[in-house]
Amino acid sequence: MTTAIELTGITKRFPGVIANDDVHLRVEEGEIHAVCGENGAGKSTLMKILYGMQGPDAGTMTVGGKEVSFASPSEAIDAGIGMVHQHFMLAAQLTVLENVILGAEPMLSGNRIDMATARAHLHEVGDAYGLTIDPDDLVESLEVGERQRVEIIKVLYRGAKILILDEPTAVLVPQEVDELFRNMRELKAAGTTILFIDHKLEEVLEIADAITVLRQGRTVATVNPADVTTGDLAELMVGSELPTPQTSLSTVTEEVALDVTELTVLDADDRPAVDAVSLRVHRGEIVGVAGVEGNGQNELVNAIIGTHPIDHGTVTLLGDDITKASVRHRRESGIGYVPQDRHEEGLILAAPLWENAALGHQTGPPFSKGLWFDRDGARQRTEEIRSDFDVRTPDIDVPAYALSGGNQQKLIIGREMSSEPNLLIASHPTRGIDVGAQAAVWDDIRQARAAGMATLLISADLDELIGLSDTIVVMYKGQLVATLDPETITPRELGSYMTGASVATTDNGDES
Amino acid sequence: MTDTATPPASTADADIAAAKRRERYMSLAAPLGAFLFSVVASAIVLVISGSNPFEALSDMMGHASKLETQVSMLNRATPLYISGVAAAIGFKMNLFNIGVEGQYRMAAIFAAYVGGAVALPAPLHIALILLVAMTVGAGWAGLAGVMYTHRGVNEVIGTIMLNGIALGIIAWLVRRWQAGGDIAVVGIGTEPIDDSGILPNLTWLPEMIRDLKGARELTGVLILAIIVGIAYHVLLNRTVFGYNLRASGGNPLAARAGGVPPRRMALTAMFMSGGIAGLVGISEIMAKGRYNPNFVGGLGFNGIGIALLGRNHPAGIAVGALLWAFLDASSDILQTSGAAPKEIIDIMRGVILLTVVIGYEVVRRIQVKEEAARAAARLAEASE
Repeated sequence: MTTAIELTGITKRFPGVIANDDVHLRVEEGEIHAVCGENGAGKSTLMKILYGMQGPDAGTMTVGGKEVSFASPSEAIDAGIGMVHQHFMLAAQLTVLENVILGAEPMLSGNRIDMATARAHLHEVGDAYGLTIDPDDLVESLEVGERQRVEIIKVLYRGAKILILDEPTAVLVPQEVDELFRNMRELKAAGTTILFIDHKLEEVLEIADAITVLRQGRTVATVNPADVTTGDLAELMVGSELPTPQTSLSTVTEEVALDVTELTVLDADDRPAVDAVSLRVHRGEIVGVAGVEGNGQNELVNAIIGTHPIDHGTVTLLGDDITKASVRHRRESGIGYVPQDRHEEGLILAAPLWENAALGHQTGPPFSKGLWFDRDGARQRTEEIRSDFDVRTPDIDVPAYALSGGNQQKLIIGREMSSEPNLLIASHPTRGIDVGAQAAVWDDIRQARAAGMATLLISADLDELIGLSDTIVVMYKGQLVATLDPETITPRELGSYMTGASVATTDNGDES
Repeated sequence: MTDTATPPASTADADIAAAKRRERYMSLAAPLGAFLFSVVASAIVLVISGSNPFEALSDMMGHASKLETQVSMLNRATPLYISGVAAAIGFKMNLFNIGVEGQYRMAAIFAAYVGGAVALPAPLHIALILLVAMTVGAGWAGLAGVMYTHRGVNEVIGTIMLNGIALGIIAWLVRRWQAGGDIAVVGIGTEPIDDSGILPNLTWLPEMIRDLKGARELTGVLILAIIVGIAYHVLLNRTVFGYNLRASGGNPLAARAGGVPPRRMALTAMFMSGGIAGLVGISEIMAKGRYNPNFVGGLGFNGIGIALLGRNHPAGIAVGALLWAFLDASSDILQTSGAAPKEIIDIMRGVILLTVVIGYEVVRRIQVKEEAARAAARLAEASE
């Protein structure tokens, strides 16, 4: 076998974060190669580099033995690489054929599209790879799995010999996954090389010929699926060296701050994203929620914050039933919120820091007096946040986008902490920030915990979860599948709960 | 500022301070450059069409330097300014209220009708007219707002359709509310408003310099426009509501997580924008004392351009409104002097708007690029 793709020493930095750090990847021709890793491990960045959407800061790429560097996806396409994105890029009102040829139309003289040739070519491609779909169907009438097939045909139509699939199974139901895998095997039989990203471990073991695991931007290992179990893979993904949990004194009190009972939240398709979840967070306690992303953590957080409707169940904060309360009421009752994406939900990037420091707390002192916004109060509080939480900035009038990611995060943490919340909901509070800022954020949370704050911590960083939490719960497919003690947990156990490799009954815990 | 700044950040401090200065110059450069560019572009058009651009320009400048012209410029700028503020309120919330046109016309006919139908002491009479105008404007815009928040009808479509409907309703109302008496004597229009309902003019103000030629008056609505500008500024920058509005416009998701309900904000912004839009027609009512079919149109659409030009800033909108009024006045003089076809003014307006939009965007992109470069440089510094 010859090597289809070889990546050597690929490094990619973004402001405040290193996405890829000396990544090595070798894909043989005609194999199905899986790239696994937690969210934020650098898989997507690596694929974007390979597909010419971003340039690496360091490292080399060879395709078919020749060194290449792509300035744009079209150069990658010319080199025979095609990518199917997780979110499809199809025009719903056009037919399958029209979508497939879009941008690569065979032309006749007089600026007309040669539909006959296009159709013939499409049939050739379909026959060669065993992909069947009616070229005259409107894309809007197709099922998700069929749309995905159109995307794959589109890429093959352009002559791709190497196919990149970005989490292809994420949007599919199990039967469609079987169908996809059947297609992938046929593609492989026809000589196509497939590189696919996934974090569902059973699937990876079922289909892949080789598996490369990424963790925190680095390649951890490339393994043969015959030699490993899902447990082994989970361990590789989450890391085997966990820090000794902080032997800090427990500050957990008897007083329940957050009480969630039988909470069910529906997603856009009316399927339960959170399925009858019950959990309690006491004052002075940090409850960590572990789970591979997309298992309902976001919906849980949003339901507690009030930005996602609750279908069933109750949420109680310090004895006050807030199930139907407005976001405003919840925030005023003392819920602090560190969103998972600081740019999306945490900051108004174009606004100055002192305005950002008020967000979520604008209805009370020091940010307002009655109906009036208190500029002086806001500025003073912002200065306090700046010095107490070490936000590095020349002054508080700069727009939030001028700060580095770590400093933006410290501003958000400072904003939420300085309001002395009863309950802090922290979603990935240290994602994408440097080590120094990370330690500072952890210290801030620990201090507030000692002062009686209850914390619900959602994180993909297991060091963080184990180091900070008093209790860890694991979310899988919308349900809490385990309640674990961070003092005794092993990464292997945690990994197998997170990936659904083992589903255990809740072993202990205060929710019954 | 040096007390809390940490040593490693000090070079970056200077960088950011310099960048902020540059930013300020650059955001002024865009509208100024656009104006100059439009003058040059119009001059070229004039040369091509066989007119003398210098002659046209000197006519325009000569005309604008007269006190009478300045008074009529203020009269024209007054409703344009209010219209600009109305549009700006929508823009601050990322809503495109293209329906100021229909809102002020609806408001005007209702206000004129009610004003003509009652007899009240002066302050109450004027207050009632203003209140009716604002309520009708707010209601008409609110319709589009409700359709947007509750039925997902895009606000551009909603407001523009309501513009058309408003014109139809007004055509019908004008006949229904025709003033009593012989139509040949009273003319088409609503019942005239008693003097108690007319805002006193400010003609004494320019006459402190010298007497005005002709029967020229300075509109009293100018005061109202100034109040609207100040209220807009205070509301936006000094109240929690204004903070919420700006936050919601700046990042709706972050605002929602911060307890600002996006729907209610959108609806309120639409109501307020419409309420202010209702005041656009007041200067016309005060000048004519009634609503008649000659009621001036186009103020709503011009307001959108003016808000854009002034970047939704109360002072910027004032500059934009005065510029528009200047161009209006110039259009008049060019028509009489014959130095150039008056259509050149429309070309100038279009060129100004286009270049200003492009200019702001170019400035924005340069700034974002600079920020990114600075962030990368700092990261590299930090990783050394």
